Amino acid sequence: MIPAIVVFLYLAAVLYIGIFAFRKAKSKQEAEDYFLASRSLGPFVFLFSLFGTNMTAFAILGSSGHAFSNGIVTFGLMASSSGLVIPLTIFFIGTRVWALGKKYGFMTPVQMFRDRWECSHIGTVIFVVQSVLLVPYIIIGIMGGGTTLNVISGDVVPYWFGGAIVALVVMGYVFFGGMRGTAWVNTFQTILFLLFGAIAIVVIGVGMGGFRSATNAMLSSPALAPLLTRERISPYYFFSYTFIPLSAIAFPHILIFCLTAEKMRHFKKTVIFYPLCILAIWLPCVFLGVMANRVTDVTEIRAKQEARRVLATQGRTMPPEARDKLREESAGDDVIMILLKRYAPLWLAGVLGAGIMAAVMASDSQILALSTMFTEDVFAFYGHKKRFGEKVQVQTGRLFIVLITLVAYAVALRAPETIFELAIQYAFSGFAALSPLLIAALFWKGSTKWGALAVTLWVAAAVTAVAVFQQVVPAPAPGPSIVYGKIGAWEVLSRTPGGTAVFGFMPVVPMVIVSALLMLIVSSATRKPDRGTIAKYF
Amino acid sequence: MKRTLLVVAVLTLYVLHQDIWFWRTAYPLVFGFVPIGLFYQGCFSVAASLLMWLLVKYAWPAHLEQEIEQREPEEDTTR
Repeated sequence: MIPAIVVFLYLAAVLYIGIFAFRKAKSKQEAEDYFLASRSLGPFVFLFSLFGTNMTAFAILGSSGHAFSNGIVTFGLMASSSGLVIPLTIFFIGTRVWALGKKYGFMTPVQMFRDRWECSHIGTVIFVVQSVLLVPYIIIGIMGGGTTLNVISGDVVPYWFGGAIVALVVMGYVFFGGMRGTAWVNTFQTILFLLFGAIAIVVIGVGMGGFRSATNAMLSSPALAPLLTRERISPYYFFSYTFIPLSAIAFPHILIFCLTAEKMRHFKKTVIFYPLCILAIWLPCVFLGVMANRVTDVTEIRAKQEARRVLATQGRTMPPEARDKLREESAGDDVIMILLKRYAPLWLAGVLGAGIMAAVMASDSQILALSTMFTEDVFAFYGHKKRFGEKVQVQTGRLFIVLITLVAYAVALRAPETIFELAIQYAFSGFAALSPLLIAALFWKGSTKWGALAVTLWVAAAVTAVAVFQQVVPAPAPGPSIVYGKIGAWEVLSRTPGGTAVFGFMPVVPMVIVSALLMLIVSSATRKPDRGTIAKYF
Repeated sequence: MKRTLLVVAVLTLYVLHQDIWFWRTAYPLVFGFVPIGLFYQGCFSVAASLLMWLLVKYAWPAHLEQEIEQREPEEDTTR
């Protein structure tokens, strides 16, 4: 119960930060202040909050879980590639969007697209696709909160109550604090991750009797040694993953965050330190996830390894439902918490649990971004801001935050978590494939609204097609994939144990390439915006 | 010339991410417990940070910032 009390204290602290931000901005009722903190964030808060916004539950729990099952490859797949691609996109795209926001007052990506390509309803289509891809994050955040509180409290806090508390706290500080509150909470959370990640690795390392013996023991086990290499992962798959971080800048909450910096020079520290922050958080999580395989004196770990073994040896002969059940049993998303319970003293497990809660609660920025997008791209765009005024717009934004949180909580109570985990997989690919929109808007005079529409519709169709394909064709057991069509040695389409492959690559690769080609071809064949509009951007 | 070198540096680092040469081995173990593949990717992150420092130092789009800073005093005087 002590860890749960520490976590509750932490939740009270973040709620207070939101209310403090509200009191600071009490006199202001402007949309720009509520949704963008008056574009006034300093370099320190900007770096840590932008980074914290990108560090979802997936980054902390998912990375160690992935490493538990797949080994050290997780770091190269998800972290180091992000450490190169994300700062590059912030450098080239984020700075330009910031400058345009300052110049023309944009608060959302769709506002910029509408102005850049002289369109209205096409902007609404982009808004709808972005929103649909964003909603699963909010739901999974609440689910993660419920599960974490339940585990930390040793089943004293039930899942439904934990989820409700997390939903209320997140809703509270976003509702009151808006962007200022969210940015401050994210900064606080990022500092917690960085501090407690380091503490966790030392405590667990000492508890395990040193990593040297654990590594050597893994290397001498034929079943575990491959986890310390990448021999089970195809280089094509590894290469495909470098396309995924393109999604970061296309996520509306990240792009909206780029508008909050007070000065463009604040981006400098963010761009330089981003890869190091990723290194500091992901390396311990991945390493601990791999090392968890050696903690065989814990029943839960042994059960996961047994499920993994049965899946690998007997999975081929099992019905798909049985395979899915084994996959769920072998998943390692809770290994960090299991390691903490095993090796950390009670009070420290609570403090570290608070760090994990911080990761789980990263859905705040997505909720605020959806509210900003709704009030700017729909409410204001269709004339309601003019009619009712800015104060009503901010109130509508707050009401939207309450509604979206309630709906997300209701869904989180009923739907199985795996559905949303899958939806997030598709969302990463979807946002990565939307990135050509930003590149074309900012760097290509010849791009048009019809090119933008073609890209958006393609992304919606491709994400749906992959989702349907994976739903219709169950994942095979570990081993050879189910292949549909071959050209020479190339497998055109295959259902792999982990997802889908097109010519051996993850779907994100053809999705991004086709998006870029569509923008190029359709824009070349359609009418450009007026010269005056283009002159605003180039 | 400076820009070309920076573009080459970005592309080189992107290619270096595909370290197929450490694909099937955990050895040598750095510090006695970190598999070489993981250590390499950690070093890659540090290299990415250094590259970002070079980009910020030599290719910073300062014109965007100057444009805004010139506009801001004008807007202040018109208020």
